[in-house]
Amino acid sequence: MEPATRTQNPVVTGTSVLGIKYKDGIMLAADTLASYGSLARFRDVERLIKVGNTTIIGASGDISDFQYITHLLEKILIKESNTEDGHQLYARHIHEYLGRLMYGRRSKHNPLWNSMVVGGIRDGEGGTFLGFVDLQGTTYEAPTIATGYGAYIAQPILRKAVEGREDTLTEEEAEKVLEDCMRVLFYRDARSINKIQIAKVNASGISISDPRFLDTEWAFAEGIRGYGATD
Amino acid sequence: MTSIGTGYDLSASTYSPDGRIFQVEYASKAVENSGTCLGFRCKDGVVLAVEKLVQSKLLVPGSNKRIATADRHIGIATAGLLADTRHLVNRAREEAQSYRDLYRAPIPAKMIADRLGQYVQAYTLYSSVRPFGVSTILATVDKTGPQMYMIEPSGIYYGFYGCAIGKGRQVAKTEIEKLKLAEMTCREVVKDAARIIHLVHDDVKDKDFELEMSWILDSTMTHEFVPKDVADEAEQLAKASLNDDMDED
Amino acid sequence: MAVQYADGVIIGADSRTTTGSYIANRVTDKLTKVHDLVFCCRSGSAADTQAVADMVHYYLQLYAVQEGERPPVKIAANLFRELCYTNKDGLSAGIIVAGWDQYEGPSVYTIPLGGSIHKQPFSIGGSGSTYIYGYCDAAYKEGMTRDEAITFTKNSIALAMSRDGSSGGVIRLAIIDKTGVERIFVPGNQLPRFWEG
Repeated sequence: MEPATRTQNPVVTGTSVLGIKYKDGIMLAADTLASYGSLARFRDVERLIKVGNTTIIGASGDISDFQYITHLLEKILIKESNTEDGHQLYARHIHEYLGRLMYGRRSKHNPLWNSMVVGGIRDGEGGTFLGFVDLQGTTYEAPTIATGYGAYIAQPILRKAVEGREDTLTEEEAEKVLEDCMRVLFYRDARSINKIQIAKVNASGISISDPRFLDTEWAFAEGIRGYGATD
Repeated sequence: MTSIGTGYDLSASTYSPDGRIFQVEYASKAVENSGTCLGFRCKDGVVLAVEKLVQSKLLVPGSNKRIATADRHIGIATAGLLADTRHLVNRAREEAQSYRDLYRAPIPAKMIADRLGQYVQAYTLYSSVRPFGVSTILATVDKTGPQMYMIEPSGIYYGFYGCAIGKGRQVAKTEIEKLKLAEMTCREVVKDAARIIHLVHDDVKDKDFELEMSWILDSTMTHEFVPKDVADEAEQLAKASLNDDMDED
Repeated sequence: MAVQYADGVIIGADSRTTTGSYIANRVTDKLTKVHDLVFCCRSGSAADTQAVADMVHYYLQLYAVQEGERPPVKIAANLFRELCYTNKDGLSAGIIVAGWDQYEGPSVYTIPLGGSIHKQPFSIGGSGSTYIYGYCDAAYKEGMTRDEAITFTKNSIALAMSRDGSSGGVIRLAIIDKTGVERIFVPGNQLPRFWEG
C-alpha cells in the first residue's frame, strides 16, 4: 500500500522569473509559457501581475496555485481598501503576507507549489523592494533574484551586471541585461519560450509590457558539421 | 402611539392584533431621527451624501464615517444607529467576498441587495433579537450599469433613481424629484447633493454636521469618497445658494 | 474539443470510454449540458467528471433562479475550476467549458488537471489531443465561419481517433449559439479519412 501523502505535485507550470534593482526602481521578467509536463500547453499566460498600485509579482511553478494566490491577494487588497484608514499594502507587506502564506501551507504538508519574485515600492516611506518567496516559505531580499533555471543560468549574469551598480544602472541597461538573460534561458531551458514580458516599477508607477518575442541567433550553426570534435 | 402599553410592542416575534410588528416600526423611528442620507442614481454612476451630525466638538474630524465600502464596487450609506450600520457593512463585506470566492466575479447589485435584505429580515423574526435600526442605501455599478437600492429595517428593499432617508427626507425627496437624474453626471449631481443636505440641515435643533459624499463611477467601477477639491467646491456652492435664498426672503 | 467562431461555439468529442484496454462504451456522449447554452467536454475519469458536471449543473440552476438570467460561461467555468482545484488531490478531470452568453458571446475555457483556468479561442483535451496539437495549430484560423469551424473540429477529432487507441467510435458535435443547441452526429463508418499508411 502506498503511504498517505498530502503533498501535491505541480501540473501546469511556469518556468523562471527574473528580478533586478536598477537606478529608477525594479524590473521583472518572465516568459508567457504554461507547460503541461514537456508539452508547451498555454503560450499566452501572463505570469507577471500587478498587486495594487505599487507592487508586481512574478510567479514560477504551478499555475493553478498562482491563480489561487492571485485571488487571495485580491481579497486582502479589497479588505485593506474597505477600511479606508489611509493605509495601503506595499511590496514589503505583500512579500511578508506571501511568506507567511507559503510557510503556513508547507507546515500543513500541502504547499502552494510556487517560487515568486515580489518587486515594488517598499512601503509608505517610499524606497524600492525586491524579494523572493518559495513553496517552503523561504524569504529573502536581494538586488538580483532569479527562480527556477534562472537561478543557475541568469543569476550569475545578473549579479555581474547589477551588484554595486544598483544606483547607476539605467533603464535601458537593465532591460538589456534582462532580455539577454531571457534569451540565454530560451536557449538552455527546455520549458521556456521566446515570448516574454517585462515589468517596471519606477517613479512613473508600475507597468507590465505586452508580450513580445525575443530575437534569437542561430546563423552560426549553419557551418557546423559532425559531432563538433576538433580531431 | 396608542399601541404603547398594550404589550404587543415588546418583541419582534409577536404581532399586534391588527397584524403589525411594532418593534420593526420602532426601528424605523431610529432611522427617522437620524441625520439625512441621500442617494442619486445618475447616468454615469451613483452619488451618496450624508449629513453626519457631530455629537461633540471633541471628536476627531472625519471620524465615525456613515458611508462605507463593502467591496470595490459597492458603497453603503446609512441613516440610523451607527453601530448597527457597522454590523451590516461587515455582513455586506462577507457576502460580497463569498460571491467572489464562488464565482470569481464581483457580486451584482440585486444579489447583494437581496442577501442583505434577507439578513435584515431575519432580525424581525425572533424574540431574542432586535431589528436593525438602520435604513441602508446601496450604491453599486455592475455589468448592467449603475444601480441603487434602499433596504429598510423590515428587510424590504426597492431599487431607486433617487432616495432620501433620515430627518430631512421629505424636503430632500421633493428636491430630488426636481432633478433630471437620468441626464446628469455624478460630477453635476454632487453639487445638488451638497445643496440638498445643507438645505435640509436644521441648525437650530442640530448644531454641527459634516457633509460626507462618495460616488461610484461607471468608468472606474470603484466606490470612493468624492475628491476633496470637488467636494469642497460643491459645499461652497451649497452654502452660497442658501445665503442667496435667505437674501430673497 | 471546443472551437469558438463568430456567432457561437462548436464542441465535439469521440465516443470511446475504456477500462484499461476494454471499450466499456463505444457510443458515449461526452458532451454534457450544464445549462441551456453552456456545455462541457469531459476527459479523464468518467466517474469524477460526471460527478463534477452534475454539481456544476446544480449550481447553475441555482444561479439562474437567484439571478434571474442565464449563467455566463465564465461563471460556469469558474465553478468547474473551484471544484477541480479544491479537490485536485482526489480528482482526475480535464474539462473544457464552452457556450454562449449575453455578455461575452461565444467563449471557451479549459481546466486542465491541476485546476487552473485558461480562456482560449479553441481548446483540445483528453488522451487523443496530444496527437493533434500540430494539426490544430496549423489548421486553426481566426474568424472562421460556422461551417469552417465544424470541418476543423470534425477533422481534428477524426485524426485523434485514428492515432489514439483510447479514442474512437463516433464523432458527436454540438453547435451552441444564442438561438440554442444543434447536435451533429458522424457515424464511425463515415468519419473523415486521411493518409492511412
